[in-house]
Amino acid sequence: MAGAQELARMVKELDDQLVVCMRCGLCQAVCPLYAQTGREADVARGKLALIDGLAKELLDDPLAARDRLERCLLCGSCAANCPSGVKALDIFLKARAILAGYLGLSPIKRLVLRHLLGNPKIFNRVLRAASAFESIWSKPADELLGTSCARLGLPLLGERHFKRLADQPFLSQAEALDTTPGAGGLKVAFFVGCLIDKIYPEVGWAALKALDHHGVGVFLPRDQACCGIPALSAGDTEAFARLLRANLELFGSGRLDHLVTACATCASTIKKVWPLMAREALLSPEDVRAVEELAGKTLDIGQLLVNNFLPGQKISPEVPDAPVLTYHDPCHLRKSLGVWREPRRLLRANQNWRLKEMAEPDWCCGMGGSFNLRHYDISAGIGRRKLDNIRASGCRAVATSCPACMLQITDALSRAGEKIEVKHALVVYADSLP
Amino acid sequence: MITPNLAEKFKEVVGAPNVLSEKADLLTYSYDAAVLEPVWPGLVLRPTSTAQLGPLVALCNDNNLPLTVRGSGTNLSGGAIPSSGGVVLVTGALNRILEINEADMYARVEPGVVTAKFAAAVAGRQLFYPPDPGSQAVSTLGGNVAENAGGLRGLKYGVTRDYVLGMSFVDSEGGLVKAGARTVKCVTGYNLGGLMVGSEGTLGLISEITLKLVPPPRAARAMLAVFDDVRAASETVAAIIAAHIVPATLEFMDNFTIRAVEDFSHAGLPAEAAALLLIEVDGHPAQVEEEAAQVERICGEHGAARVQVATDAPTRDKVWEARRAALSALARLKPTTVLEDATVPRSRIPDMVSAMEEIGRRHGLMLGTFGHAGDGNLHPTICCDRRDADEWRRVELAVEDIFAEALQMGGTLSGEHGIGLAKARFLENETSRATILWSRRLKAALDPKGILNPGKIVGA
Ligand SMILES: Cc1cc2nc3c(=O)[nH]c(=O)nc-3n(C[C@H](O)[C@H](O)[C@H](O)COP(=O)(O)OP(=O)(O)OC[C@H]3O[C@@H](n4cnc5c(N)ncnc54)[C@H](O)[C@@H]3O)c2cc1C
Ligand code: SF4
Ligand code: SF4
Repeated sequence: MAGAQELARMVKELDDQLVVCMRCGLCQAVCPLYAQTGREADVARGKLALIDGLAKELLDDPLAARDRLERCLLCGSCAANCPSGVKALDIFLKARAILAGYLGLSPIKRLVLRHLLGNPKIFNRVLRAASAFESIWSKPADELLGTSCARLGLPLLGERHFKRLADQPFLSQAEALDTTPGAGGLKVAFFVGCLIDKIYPEVGWAALKALDHHGVGVFLPRDQACCGIPALSAGDTEAFARLLRANLELFGSGRLDHLVTACATCASTIKKVWPLMAREALLSPEDVRAVEELAGKTLDIGQLLVNNFLPGQKISPEVPDAPVLTYHDPCHLRKSLGVWREPRRLLRANQNWRLKEMAEPDWCCGMGGSFNLRHYDISAGIGRRKLDNIRASGCRAVATSCPACMLQITDALSRAGEKIEVKHALVVYADSLP
Repeated sequence: MITPNLAEKFKEVVGAPNVLSEKADLLTYSYDAAVLEPVWPGLVLRPTSTAQLGPLVALCNDNNLPLTVRGSGTNLSGGAIPSSGGVVLVTGALNRILEINEADMYARVEPGVVTAKFAAAVAGRQLFYPPDPGSQAVSTLGGNVAENAGGLRGLKYGVTRDYVLGMSFVDSEGGLVKAGARTVKCVTGYNLGGLMVGSEGTLGLISEITLKLVPPPRAARAMLAVFDDVRAASETVAAIIAAHIVPATLEFMDNFTIRAVEDFSHAGLPAEAAALLLIEVDGHPAQVEEEAAQVERICGEHGAARVQVATDAPTRDKVWEARRAALSALARLKPTTVLEDATVPRSRIPDMVSAMEEIGRRHGLMLGTFGHAGDGNLHPTICCDRRDADEWRRVELAVEDIFAEALQMGGTLSGEHGIGLAKARFLENETSRATILWSRRLKAALDPKGILNPGKIVGA
């Protein structure tokens, strides 16, 4: 089987990373998927064994391996807690790319990833049409949106209680900006991200309000592209490369102190995955360096605000009878980037709420991009654990820092008939500003 | 070996979704945490109730199918690696805590309950389950009993064996055997539970365990003592015990490990120190106060260069963080980590530590030693790369040398990681030919067809 050997050769390139796994099994303690299913193929140790099996030609069924690798929230809990320092997420993304290259992408995925995502204008037009015809969505369309944007969990199929597309995407309403720094003395690029643009435009507005309030100069180009994680999760390095190049062209030049985003997934993708995959995406050495530089400057917007404008400020005492607000840590913020204090600091700035921690605030909500669409039951099961913890906190609202988590939590709450609001931490903060 | 017809029968017992037979799934049950070659099972079963265990074992027995129970697959000696084409039975779904009895201080659990979850549930009722293997966040209580797992608190609180009051297990024909009771005292019949502890799935499937609980200590104090000389550290250990103080934990780290931990976590450990002792005393507040002062004095008298007493929770956490980081720090040095657990009488620790250094030197290997100084249970850890055939050969020789040294000092091959496949061929060196034969006769009588985890402990 020449083909299988060829595949094994490609996978072997991951060998140096694969051998780091000592099969200790400690990742079982933190994998939200494994907690739900108890299957070894769902936890990092099992997935790494499968990839290793392909490399050693023990396993001659790449389709079955791909199926199992795709059962993953890419939440990074395993990597963050691995005693041996296995870079599980890097390995998973690269293995997906290799398998997609070997097996080919499904025609639908190719259509979406290469032609729609790579071209923001067409993408927007299709989505606008989509929001008008939600009732006739069918399976292929489901797939289309599921693989398209960072976890764009549309449309409203089956039992899902997803939030609808915004009538007007943020970027179709906001003006392109390139303002000079004011009192804050900083200039940042605002990377909006697909979900905030198309489902939660209010988060975009809150970002502009907060940046303006603190006198931060903003660069906001309207034709910005997707961060590329949906393409990479599907293993489509070509589409990813195209997006990376487009983003680099837009944000790579010009004098910026930081690139900020209010989407935890975009932040972690830009900071961690862009540099990781830049060489793979066949960028020139200069471009690779530019990507690394941009990644180095990238921050979650909460980090920017707290580090620059809030540290000296005293936290005013809590108002005892203010309604309770709890906070969910997005995996891509806490586990991937180690950011968790900052969003809480943002929330404390708003006196209309009283922050109370839920149990396991950093337990994954279960969204995991298109995982949610393909494995809705498991995803919803993971969401229920989150739901129970949110409920038990006795909160009136739950805040988080990732629009994808917001979608998942909204789904879980509304299915349970709970009247708990879901908010972005930045919106809570912006509400406290004049 | 497993016909579609037979697979159907298994499905009738546990339901189709709980029978895995695709190659990709089987591959993920071919290994555990031991550094050994994987072996493919033919079928994986995930029963959802303990009542299913009897019929499943009977099916295996009737069809001569080797059966390997698997908790979380974290053992370090190959006990959960199946026989080729055999059945793996995963206990993960048998994870109910059946009872926590505060008045009589015991709990009944199914075998798949995760150790740390159980300890937390018990702590929620103001009770204490002391055995704390380093893998407790994932290991199962069934796996702990079947391996007689130890942990950091072994010196004062003992190991898993000391907490097993009773159990039910399924024998090789599918019959349900009951051993022990819910009481501390019990002399009805043979001590079958005692036989099952550490039996690594070779004599029966544990289906329910009754565990003893104790009151939690009311206070604890941790400290860290730095030594310029391993012998001084070891004499300190002996002196602490001689003073009739039994610390809850008494951990040791050699210079190689200290440097690795410091490089990894920048915890502020003295990189030049020859050895560290991490000590915690617990109990009644007044007694803790007194013993901590005594330990501090003894450390000073026996040549500790420095003693740091953790007076608040954050410093205490820092002390234990350093210890917890030991394995991570060593694991990151090289791709493959071989974690041994040869154990010697306490007084021989300095000899053992210098022997380990010598073995590392002789074979040109990176070797660090840390472990439970209080009970002589050391973890010589070899950092290597198993893809390097030459180095790997030297690792195998070094491991044999480690065993030989431990035995020569009156110690044992394994303090807590079990025998499994990895050490089966060395067992006779520690015991005798007759011991192996007696054990095999026992096994043959209880499991005439040899279906229960064949090859483990007593070899094939
Ligand atoms: C990082 C790390 C740290 C560790 N630290 C320690 C430590 O400090 N102390 C220590 O003692 N060990 C330690 N271990 C080893 C291991 O975790 C223990 O041996 C543990 O008890 C294994 O539990 P498990 O659920 O993973 O069992 P498994 O590995 O799945 O199984 C272990 C053995 O028990 C048998 N078995 C499992 N369940 C049953 C049952 N219900 N009935 C009959 N037989 C059964 C299996 O067939 C197998 O032979 C460590 C391992 C790792 C990876
Ligand atoms: S990925 Fe890390 S935690 Fe999981 S088994 Fe491998 S080494 Fe252990
Ligand atoms: S990324 Fe998350 S879901 Fe995927 S294996 Fe790791 S912990 Fe599990």
